[in-house]
Amino acid sequence: MKQVLPLLALLAAGTAVAAGPAGSDGKAPAKPALSAASAAAVPYAVANCFNCHGTDGKTSAAIPPLAGRDRVYIEETLKAYKSGAKPATIMHQLAKGYTDEELAVFADYFSQQK
Amino acid sequence: MSQEKEFTLPGNARTADDSLGQATVNSGRRRLLGALGAGAAIAAVQGAAFAAVRKPKSIGRVVIIGAGFGGATAAKYLRKWSNGSIDVTLIERNKQFISCPTSNEVLGGNRAYESLVHGYDKLGKNWGVKLVNASATAVDAEKRRVRTDTAGEFEYDRLIVAPGFDFNFASIEGYDEKARERILHAWKAGAQTLALRQQLVDLPDGGVYALTIPKAPYRCPPGPYERASQIAWYFKQNKPKSKVLVLDANDKIISKEKLFLGVWEKDYAGIIEYTPKWNATGVDAASNTVISELGDRLHADVLNLLPAQRAGDIARAIGIVNVNDRWADIDWITLESTALKNVHVVGDALSAAPLMPKSGHMANQHGKAVAAAIVEIFSGREPQPTLLANTCYSLVDDKRAIHVDSVHRYDPEKKQPLVVAGSGGVSSAPSVEEGLYTRAWAETIWKDVLA
Ligand code: HEC
Repeated sequence: MKQVLPLLALLAAGTAVAAGPAGSDGKAPAKPALSAASAAAVPYAVANCFNCHGTDGKTSAAIPPLAGRDRVYIEETLKAYKSGAKPATIMHQLAKGYTDEELAVFADYFSQQK
Repeated sequence: MSQEKEFTLPGNARTADDSLGQATVNSGRRRLLGALGAGAAIAAVQGAAFAAVRKPKSIGRVVIIGAGFGGATAAKYLRKWSNGSIDVTLIERNKQFISCPTSNEVLGGNRAYESLVHGYDKLGKNWGVKLVNASATAVDAEKRRVRTDTAGEFEYDRLIVAPGFDFNFASIEGYDEKARERILHAWKAGAQTLALRQQLVDLPDGGVYALTIPKAPYRCPPGPYERASQIAWYFKQNKPKSKVLVLDANDKIISKEKLFLGVWEKDYAGIIEYTPKWNATGVDAASNTVISELGDRLHADVLNLLPAQRAGDIARAIGIVNVNDRWADIDWITLESTALKNVHVVGDALSAAPLMPKSGHMANQHGKAVAAAIVEIFSGREPQPTLLANTCYSLVDDKRAIHVDSVHRYDPEKKQPLVVAGSGGVSSAPSVEEGLYTRAWAETIWKDVLA
């Protein structure tokens, strides 16, 4: 089942909403879409990545940091993991759990962390 | 939404303040700022990180019982994602956080015990969480109050229960308090981790170590197999005639089966002996003998018993244990108990969704999910389901590790998160690279939870 997470779609204002908002696959979001103005300010699901890459992508351990990295690099790398083009120990498996729109939101979020 | 209320119970404010130099100052300033009105306070905090002097008006109060991977994460992320506008009180009976993940390495002699031990102080200093070192003893759901043994009572708008698991010791007859002094579980990291390590060190070469595994679900599905691997590695280096007997109540190795079997065949042949469908239901402590459901008896020099598990006792006391008399059922959008309103559950204590392990990593994800839901609720928005991801790394010797991972997405029809088809999987083979990532994972998640 491919369903854009409603919240994320809203958060990605410029990207996901324009590309095809929540429910565009025929599946209505759990509730009538919230107005963008009332949507949460954080794409919460990005915290799926913090356990390994550090809170907000900040870490100095062996798993690479993501904070402040180039948005396009992060996004393209994630898509390459997802397609199998880029080999990895684990990211090729994790990336397959997210839609391309979500990966773009994550890339955007990390690129903006200082 | 709830307005800012002062804690009305004298024991509460005092204790919270006593235990926290920094937060004492903060809470005084918060009261002051609260009086200036919401607009001023919120404007002051917008865009700013947590400047200790700028406290927004409170939009609600959350009390959390238990500061493990789930509870402590929830505390931090409630503060972070509300820009400090949710009051968070974290009640924990232990003075320090002791990590179960990677504690098996201590048993193998591959990690210093001290590296598992972490303070809670940064949750106060960095995030303004009010830490209370006490044991929660009861909850008055009507009045929304938590009672503690030594720190008075605490009022909440929302309560998060994160007690982890407790053993059902009665599942192994004879495993009474006296027997437990010497026959250890070491399934909650701490004094027992060190004591079991000592028993292994004291064991003469040729001695036998036996580990029993309960039927799933239990905390950390690959944990027992990792433990067997770590101890086998230690024996191989130091006591090559010793044996590791694994007595598993399950039909087979329930996590990373092929990978563990591969390592055991290649590296620990003649050391590890694995027996499935061996359900330990009794112990004769005097003779160090474990007894199976079918009446088989097995003697070992070091016995390590893992009895059946269930939600932590406080969850039972509160009345939220409503699945098989063992686990707490929740709504998967808000992680709110289906038994009690305004009470949320995270971590091992909840009744897991399909293929969702009871792991520290997953508890951390629950903590973030519940924080997001409560921030949304207190902000007057509709909480949305969020994604959850799990990874369990296991160290199979002094250097190499393997993993299993999965991504879980809420299914509106089934009303629970399900593994995204095609996502996740296991390592192709044990590797040194993943050994390094495992240690990085541990360092990083400890910080994500506590700092
Ligand atoms: C279980 C730990 C873990 C989690 C969770 C995780 N990662 Fe990773 N990530 C890694 C590891 C390990 C690598 C190194 C590549 C490999 O072997 O998989 C990596 C590499 C990356 C890279 C490449 C970095 C570089 O410098 O080239 C990106 C981008 C990335 N991850 C993004 C993410 C995002 C986004 C998420 C959340 C959806 C995430 N990761 C979740 C462990 C993790």
